[in-house]
Amino acid sequence: MLLIPCPWCGPRDEAEFHYGGQAHVPYPENPASLSDEDWARYLFFRDNPKGPFAERWSHSAGCRRWFNAVRDTSTNEILTVYRTGEERPAAVESRPVISQPGPVTSQPSSAEPARPAFEDEALSGPKRGSGGGSPQDGTGRGGGGAASISGSAAGQPFRHTTRGRVDRETPLTFTFDGTEYQGYRGDTLASALLANGVIQAGTSIKLGRPRGIFSAGVEEPNAVIQIEEPFPEPMLPATTVELYDGLVATSLPGQGRLATDPDPARYDAVHAHCDLLIVGAGPAGLAAAAAAARSGARVILADDQPELGGSLLGTAQHLDWIREVTEQLDAAPEVRVLPRTTVFGYYDDNHLLAVERRTNHLGADAPENVSRERVWRIRARRVVLATGAHERSLAFANNDRPGVMLASSARTHVNRHGVLPGRHAVVFTTNDSAYEAALDLASAGLAIAAIVDTRPEPGEWAERARAAGIEVLPGHAVTGTEGGEARLTAVTVAPYGESAGRREFAADLLLVSGGWNPVAHLFSQCGGKLRHDETLGSFVPDACRQAVEVAGSASGALDPATVLAQGAAAGARAVEAEGYTTEAPRLPEVPAQPRPTPPMHVYVVPGDTDGPAFVDLQRDVTVDDLARATGAGLRSVEHTKRYTTAGTANDQGKTSGVLASGVVAELLGVDISALGTTTFRPPYMPVSFAALAGRDRGVLSDPVRTTAIHEWHVAHGALFENVGQWKRPWYYPQAGEDMEAAVLRECAATRESVGFMDASTLGKIDVQGPDAGVFLDRLYTNMMSTLKVGMIRYGVMCRPDGMVFDDGTVIRVAPERFLVTTTTGNAAAVLDWMEEWHQTEWPELKVHCTSVTEQWATVALVGPKSREVLGSLAPQLAVANDDFPFMAWRETSVAGIEARVCRISFSGELAFEINVSPWQGLALWEAVYEAGAPYGITPYGTETMHVLRAEKGYPIIGQDTDGTVTPQDLGMSWVVSKKKPDFVGKRSYARADTSRPDRKHLVGLLPEDPGTFLPEGTHLIADGVLPAPPVPMLGHVTSSYRSAALGRTFALALIKGGRDRIGERLYAPVGDQLVPVTVASPVLYDPEGARRDG
Amino acid sequence: MADTALTAPLRSPLSHVADRLAAATRSSEGAIRLAELPFLAQLNVRLDAKGAAAAAVGLALDLQLPLQPNTVVRAGESTALWLGPDEWLLVGPPGSERDLESRIREAAGDEHVSVTDVSAQRTTLLVTGPRAHDLLAHGCPLDLHPRAFGSGRCAQTTLGRTQVVLVARDEPRAGFWVLVRSTFAGYLADWLLDAATEYR
Repeated sequence: MLLIPCPWCGPRDEAEFHYGGQAHVPYPENPASLSDEDWARYLFFRDNPKGPFAERWSHSAGCRRWFNAVRDTSTNEILTVYRTGEERPAAVESRPVISQPGPVTSQPSSAEPARPAFEDEALSGPKRGSGGGSPQDGTGRGGGGAASISGSAAGQPFRHTTRGRVDRETPLTFTFDGTEYQGYRGDTLASALLANGVIQAGTSIKLGRPRGIFSAGVEEPNAVIQIEEPFPEPMLPATTVELYDGLVATSLPGQGRLATDPDPARYDAVHAHCDLLIVGAGPAGLAAAAAAARSGARVILADDQPELGGSLLGTAQHLDWIREVTEQLDAAPEVRVLPRTTVFGYYDDNHLLAVERRTNHLGADAPENVSRERVWRIRARRVVLATGAHERSLAFANNDRPGVMLASSARTHVNRHGVLPGRHAVVFTTNDSAYEAALDLASAGLAIAAIVDTRPEPGEWAERARAAGIEVLPGHAVTGTEGGEARLTAVTVAPYGESAGRREFAADLLLVSGGWNPVAHLFSQCGGKLRHDETLGSFVPDACRQAVEVAGSASGALDPATVLAQGAAAGARAVEAEGYTTEAPRLPEVPAQPRPTPPMHVYVVPGDTDGPAFVDLQRDVTVDDLARATGAGLRSVEHTKRYTTAGTANDQGKTSGVLASGVVAELLGVDISALGTTTFRPPYMPVSFAALAGRDRGVLSDPVRTTAIHEWHVAHGALFENVGQWKRPWYYPQAGEDMEAAVLRECAATRESVGFMDASTLGKIDVQGPDAGVFLDRLYTNMMSTLKVGMIRYGVMCRPDGMVFDDGTVIRVAPERFLVTTTTGNAAAVLDWMEEWHQTEWPELKVHCTSVTEQWATVALVGPKSREVLGSLAPQLAVANDDFPFMAWRETSVAGIEARVCRISFSGELAFEINVSPWQGLALWEAVYEAGAPYGITPYGTETMHVLRAEKGYPIIGQDTDGTVTPQDLGMSWVVSKKKPDFVGKRSYARADTSRPDRKHLVGLLPEDPGTFLPEGTHLIADGVLPAPPVPMLGHVTSSYRSAALGRTFALALIKGGRDRIGERLYAPVGDQLVPVTVASPVLYDPEGARRDG
Repeated sequence: MADTALTAPLRSPLSHVADRLAAATRSSEGAIRLAELPFLAQLNVRLDAKGAAAAAVGLALDLQLPLQPNTVVRAGESTALWLGPDEWLLVGPPGSERDLESRIREAAGDEHVSVTDVSAQRTTLLVTGPRAHDLLAHGCPLDLHPRAFGSGRCAQTTLGRTQVVLVARDEPRAGFWVLVRSTFAGYLADWLLDAATEYR
């Protein structure tokens, strides 16, 4: 959502504005002097440049002023705004593209290690696993750590007794695939399944292969499940579903099912504004928040987890500091912390959308009056993205078995949820980070059979692993896996790039680390450019136009001290730029780390493959599939993505995207940096339609406008028609009546005696000022300035192209004051039209336009007895025809209510429109009903109104016209002034196109069988035999009714050269039949107008 | 036309939801107060802010029309809202519209000044209480923080799916006036009541 600076009101959301096309295209001074070609150029041609473009905007939902803006059409940036009538500023500058602040920290100095150390590093950890035996025995074979695994914790054999942040006092019961299990408050569905020894959580979408829990977060490609109860919801990563009591879920074959019942939960949205939005509450985000918290700036900190800490919770580090910062943030009045909130979209002018999961984790205990999910619409002055990094996988044979898991995710499951994802693990890595995970996991009791490192010289971390008793295989790779439906049983290892020298390890877990991908999705969405980082082997944020900074591992920094320092600096810089003063926050001490060894960039593991090597697990895309794509000649990752569907699943390729780029680069023999990534688009993760719809559902989906008399209509059984946002009475069926019977009755009663209708919905605009008459003369096709005070004139407004835009009556209230009425649906458009011409073309005219639609309630009193009814209610009013002629208005009192009565008719009958304050509209209506009772007064709705007007050939703009119809086409040349030198539309009537004899004219149609009804939209042809296509069309039916007065059906139609065809027989294809019809004058009832005066 | 002798009592656009507004106020236990302020006199005033009429009208009303965009000026029982560089909404107590209009027209003399009675065009909702900001933030894209929209501010903007004029009331924490087109008032009341469900 752009933020457009109104020259008067300041920056406002784009939604408050209307676009008005190219600026500085003035209305020609003398249109009559222009050639047809020049006039057409004015009407139809505009510039369309790339780059700065001067255009007109109106602050339509605000101060209603038109102004000009220079917008860069390639970036959408509004470069400047200036008031109507002012010159375009000579030169305007774009916002600079700002590079992410240095130093670039993704290349740590040799003194700095590449990953955080873990504090409880257990040198007394497990002894090397034997590689044999049953990994499933659950008794623990891993040495010292095994003692801490309880084989019977609430029947959760893989639950760790001490680790994790779950609440062991709150056991929860849940059901997965029909089996009941136990877990704890604080579990995710994934961790609870792992605790129960379940790792397989679905089958793959194309190949039906068993797939297991692969990660511990939003990047999960495999364990995408269906929640069945309490309310069905498809395709949720089990790693993001917080466990609650009574949860019922099932595994999916790659695809879920939508609920068939309406969702009973509430959803809503909130607009929020802040000086600084921090996305992510890991070490960098928390440091940024700590730096900004006490400055007094308005700060929002959003994180997708239930508690703050991010990756620190997964590594169980600096937990005291997390608590300290959390308390500090809670105490700061202008800081808002949003846990369980995922920022999923980053749009123009620092507008970000987030979804907060508010009661999902409460299951059936969720309070009914609290929204389940909330969309936050955040407008931030500055943004710090501390979104972390996702671990990358590697492509090797059968890398998709349940039990293959990202190394850091296994560590997260242990430290966050107190769950060991297996008993015996092989670790496969290309970088240092997996060592730290392996050592921590070993200390927790997981037997690490071997660390398989593709690097020939893994350095200090490998020494540390060996010291802990773990076998390290440098220069090796995993070449394959074995296993059954439920889980991995063995891992095959060979020297890197060779097939000889294979070793097999029995294992139920294979922990993979192929490197780290900064989570650059939001940065990329907001227009930021990425660059390839050689050291990291991935893409990192580079430069952007928006006020955003990326901190921590999202920027490519992996060393913990750098991450913290970057976060604190980014938070301080952001709020200082907004004028606040900061003080340095306390950051935790980071212990010394082993010397890092650079990672090796591996995507496809070389060597013979005995099975498919998956790249995108969720879409079942393999290295071979990508090879077929490149073999077919595709050279761009955007194309291989579309060819193979890699990266298109609902995980959007979080773990596979860079891997796919790497694979394609290898296949093409180019560097990955030259290939780039596919485009990141919102949303970052799937967001439900219910959340996006929020409150705008059901009766609140769109405003319903009702008149002051609405309750009466409801009480009297009216059915309603939607006209724009209005509910208008359609007809009032009596007992046993269908629509046809009711409308025939209402029509007959009105033509024979008297009927009344609620006409309050017509738009009304007060036009005041000494130039009001001149102004209306320019906008209407006919003359308004000659109208006498006390009288009324019908008028038509056209666009400059001469096509009818609106019609209605104009009342002259006073010498310098008119009241214009518009059609019901067009009221706002007509007022905007008036303002546009006045403000941008004729600012010299002294006139003001004000909407007064709701200032009046209007009752149309129609029929030969209407004079009697009015007379009885308005004793002071002389109602005789000579005293109160047609197209006159009077101020009087009707039923004791001050009223303006107009003698106008939309039916051909004697009729009055009584206008009163809406505060008394219902009282007037009831008085009319009572006074009309002796005459059988009948309320009628829009359908009867339509029939009555159609019998008289009065068009309805928007029904009988469609923006291609001139007043002349409607047979209303009389409404087009010949005297005025110019008015909007006049020049177009001299164009060749508008004077063609074969233009479509509005005519009447009478089916030869008076009972045959022509559906609206029916086409008309000349012959009684349907010719071979293409069938020459003559026109179509615009309105069609049954007439009580005519005793037959009739229609209005736009027919080519229609007025010259009156009396001709044409044919209307209706279903299989060709219905013969006769072309007639559009005025079918009382053509001499005898009924108008009663 | 509201101040003449009448035979029919006046009915405001939200008279039919008064009970529900009161119930939501009660059940929020002080967090939110919702009520209609019906029949306020409202006049749309158009004149050249730099012309002679501006000062004359200000004198006649004993209230200077605000020249700063999106601000209000209050004096006595009247409030003038900036709607545009040459447009104001003058709000007064119920029934005062005729008197106000004639004072303006008299003061304006021959100057080009337009005055339009729009008292029934919009009705006014009072939204107050400690959670009033939060309630409006569900549907209003403007920054309503006291730093950005404090006392003396007004704005024409959107709330839910309708246009409104918002006025920050004078005293601190005194909430807002929400002026809404009368025929959208039912929708907006339903919307506010739905949003207030959270605070019951």
